[in-house]
Amino acid sequence: MVYDNPDGVMIGLEVHVQLNKLNTKMFCGCSTKYHDAEPNTHVCPVCLGLPGALPVINRKSVEAAMKIGLALNCEIVEQTQFHRKNYYYPDLPKGFQTTQYDFPIVSGGKVVIEGEDGEHVVRITRAHMEEDPGRLMHMGTIEKSKGTLIDYNRSGMSLIEIVSEPDMRSPKEARRYLDKLRNILEYLDVFDGSLEGSMRVDSNVSIMGGQRVEVKNISSHKGAERAILFEIMRQKNLLRRGGKVVLETRHFDEARGVTISMRTKEEEHDYRYFPEPDLVPMRVSDWGPAIQESLPELPDTKRERFISQYGITGMHAKALTSDIRVADFFEIVASKADPRAAGTWVADVLRGELNYRNLAITSFTTEDIIEIIGLVVEEKITEKSAVDVIRTILDVGGSPMDVVKEKGLLKVEGDIVTQAVSESIVENEEAVQDYLGGTEKSLNFLVGQVMKKTKGRADARQARELLIAALKD
Amino acid sequence: MITKDEVEHVGWLARIEIDDADAEDYAVKLSSVLDYFGQLDEVDTEGVEPTYHVADVMNIFREDVVTPSLDQKDVLANTAAEKDGYIKAPRII
Amino acid sequence: MAEWLSISDVRKKISESSAEEVTAAYLETIGQSRINGYTCTYDGALEMAKQADKGEGEGLLAGVPIAIKDNISTKGLATTCSSKILEGYVPPYDAHVIERLKAEGAVILGKTNMDEFAMGTSTESSCYGVTMNPWDLERVPGGSSGGSAAVVAAGEAPISLGSDTGGSVRCPAAFCGVVGLKPTYGAVSRYGLISYANSLEQIGPMATCVGDIATVMDVIGGYDPRDSTSINREISYRDALVDDVKGLKVGVPEEYFGEGVDGGVEKAVWDAISKYEEMGATWEKVSMPNTKYALAAYYTIAMSEASSNLARFDGTRYGPRNDGENWHVMASRTRAEYFGKEVQRRVLLGTYALSAGYQDKYYLKALKVRTLVKQDFEKALSNVDVLMGPTMPMPAFRIGEKIEDPLSLYLTDVNTVPMNLAGVPCISVPCGLSDGLPVGLQIIGKQFDEATIIRSAYAFEQNTDHNKARPAEVI
Ligand SMILES: [Mg+2]
Ligand SMILES: [Zn+2]
Repeated sequence: MVYDNPDGVMIGLEVHVQLNKLNTKMFCGCSTKYHDAEPNTHVCPVCLGLPGALPVINRKSVEAAMKIGLALNCEIVEQTQFHRKNYYYPDLPKGFQTTQYDFPIVSGGKVVIEGEDGEHVVRITRAHMEEDPGRLMHMGTIEKSKGTLIDYNRSGMSLIEIVSEPDMRSPKEARRYLDKLRNILEYLDVFDGSLEGSMRVDSNVSIMGGQRVEVKNISSHKGAERAILFEIMRQKNLLRRGGKVVLETRHFDEARGVTISMRTKEEEHDYRYFPEPDLVPMRVSDWGPAIQESLPELPDTKRERFISQYGITGMHAKALTSDIRVADFFEIVASKADPRAAGTWVADVLRGELNYRNLAITSFTTEDIIEIIGLVVEEKITEKSAVDVIRTILDVGGSPMDVVKEKGLLKVEGDIVTQAVSESIVENEEAVQDYLGGTEKSLNFLVGQVMKKTKGRADARQARELLIAALKD
Repeated sequence: MITKDEVEHVGWLARIEIDDADAEDYAVKLSSVLDYFGQLDEVDTEGVEPTYHVADVMNIFREDVVTPSLDQKDVLANTAAEKDGYIKAPRII
Repeated sequence: MAEWLSISDVRKKISESSAEEVTAAYLETIGQSRINGYTCTYDGALEMAKQADKGEGEGLLAGVPIAIKDNISTKGLATTCSSKILEGYVPPYDAHVIERLKAEGAVILGKTNMDEFAMGTSTESSCYGVTMNPWDLERVPGGSSGGSAAVVAAGEAPISLGSDTGGSVRCPAAFCGVVGLKPTYGAVSRYGLISYANSLEQIGPMATCVGDIATVMDVIGGYDPRDSTSINREISYRDALVDDVKGLKVGVPEEYFGEGVDGGVEKAVWDAISKYEEMGATWEKVSMPNTKYALAAYYTIAMSEASSNLARFDGTRYGPRNDGENWHVMASRTRAEYFGKEVQRRVLLGTYALSAGYQDKYYLKALKVRTLVKQDFEKALSNVDVLMGPTMPMPAFRIGEKIEDPLSLYLTDVNTVPMNLAGVPCISVPCGLSDGLPVGLQIIGKQFDEATIIRSAYAFEQNTDHNKARPAEVI
């Protein structure tokens, strides 16, 4: 199957990733743990842009940038230097943003995603380091606001901006790319995607016969898919009506799901980039080999290993490695339970139940699932009961054995079932005769009798098989 | 000679409001300085690297160790307007 | 009181009375000042002095009062760069040099007047009005650290800190007849110094004698991890106080005696060079061919950096603000109203020099010329130990004489800007008078070779009477 991309859609993404797993911001010692804090409590003279304060680069943020670059198969540049990007905005406390811009620390990589027609390569143009501005809150809508409230807690957080080539051909591919990127970054332990505003996307979208349109202000993967879908439809309609798609920047209105033109005076940007005199050049390419060495196993490699080491299916391996937390969870379970059963129970059942409830894997313990899988494998409870136990733990709480006992889910012993079968045959002559005379559904009545006698703890399928066998004699 | 329009454009880039009457005077004064800067054109700098930093240093980093932030009251002490711990400014657009 | 005291004079007085009494006497003198050298005095000064008295003389500057240029951040004490745009701004932190001074027991007397944001050569662009030269109240004290030089010359502080971006310590030192040092770029941390042109400037001390310059440098110099351009080197400045220049090789750049150099200045400087010969040094002419382009390169770079450094003054986080229908208009009106005219001109010029289409012609070109200027120094200083020439081409000019014509004011910096482009250390010491006004001899050394220029200046001071001359305000 080859995807023929009938509209000639080309999508490139610029993804801003916050290195929120570091202890401190990019140029100062302020803590990065501001997400639940009061406004303006995680700032110092440096990240508040007080007169006279000077930046010093966080070594760990450089290492993280290089880790990301290497994980995306990029080259590390020989020498780089921070620049000033000069523009005025109230969230920018110094009146310029410190960024590498023209001198990205890494460039020229690639990421493989599950594309429209199988494996698809998205080329990475470059990734550069820059600082995050503060956060603005508009008192009302942006146009009619009574004022702007500024919180500089976010100011100075380390960002990596990852820029792709326009290699994605559909909104779905864009989403897959973002999912893959998030997954890789979390594997690297430099990024926690669950924190608000940790990944922000600008997207360049064009279709055949039109120019490139930049869509800004996308804050989620789902939002990216919707924004791009809207933008493709808008451009197609425009061209169909004989209009022209012009080079412009549009703003994604998440609430309404539309993109809005932002052509204002602000667009005549002249950023007057120049090297930051307060920071000296970096020559860190020789850190490369050690960092490469220290890279953790990445999703694609882990998936292959899961298949060969645990003998699980490719589908399960893919599902289990699409999130580092799930992968780690699985490996603990697989070390204490039957790996194949673990694959099925974690990848299909548990993930399904968690997704349904919008919960993370951390909402369940490995001990509990190991215990549940053990009960199933030892045939102490039925598969159906096991699902019931998982659901009850998620919804009500309790330990697996508590739930099993409370609900009386323990499977009864085999000879009790055999005894119930014999009794049912003896006590229900008429039904037995009907069955032997060819009335199939009479068997169901007999199964029901067995279940009744065992108070439902017998496995219905097993009861049925035992009845058939007994009646044959 | 820098024009009045250029003065106004640069004024906007630099966020300095320049009224029409002043633009003329700026154009004259800035032009005389720019003319003087123009003498740099005389210097042959073929093959000369620019000096961004006079000190020949590289790779200066800090460790990823938290240091105390300011108290919120010190952050807000110098601003003209605040609200609920935020710094307040006029709307953007 | 109003007398010239060295650090050791002050310490002697303290031992006879107390740091508190010495500080009180200085504050009284400042209260009667006619020169407008301070922007404010520090109301915690007496408390600091009391602490010093309790500390029983611990610390290199225990109980010694010092005046601080108003662009160096002082916690709890207004720091305005003599600009309305920072009116009421009180930093919540101390600059590195202030931490060092406090650690050595110094007493901060107050903040000194300056050209707004250090952009000037006369201290006339201050929002607090001009500072008068103690030698002649109708003349400027030089700039931009005019206040810091004038208060030392007038006996209103024994020592002070200034900052030097293109001559801002050396020019007022020369005009006011005191000693001023611009250290090697990176020798003193800039953390807390409000930037004008950050690739060029250094904080530097001013004092009545060379010995005190060395002492203050021993306090404020050295590595600071908060300034990425700070250099990690152990230097003892006081060890350089040696009265011996035998065999010293002096280079005299002919370019520093170009047209427009005042006759009295030229004579005083040549007399000084002869004195060095007498003391056992040798001298030779050297050539610094790119000197004539240094000024244009310097101003282009300084203004470019300034346009960005001053972007943060937008009325949002500190300082006053004007009304506006939106934030951008508010910022534009605030900057138009509270920045002085010269600051606005420099920000506009710098913005222009960095803007699309002009950056290569101005900013980048200036940085290449900077390389050539730096090479001039490297070449000249490979054959000689120090360079000497006049700090300023003329003595202090009259208040109002040049302020209306920015370019003529810029031209007075011709002999002081090349050293900032090259990052080399230099010192200005009094070397006589011209028409009753002080003349400064500038001594320039290799990067991080402060020792040689301090030794040269010290020997000169020990063997001449020039620093015995006192201005009218003190006599
Ligand atoms: Mg960016
Ligand atoms: Zn901070």
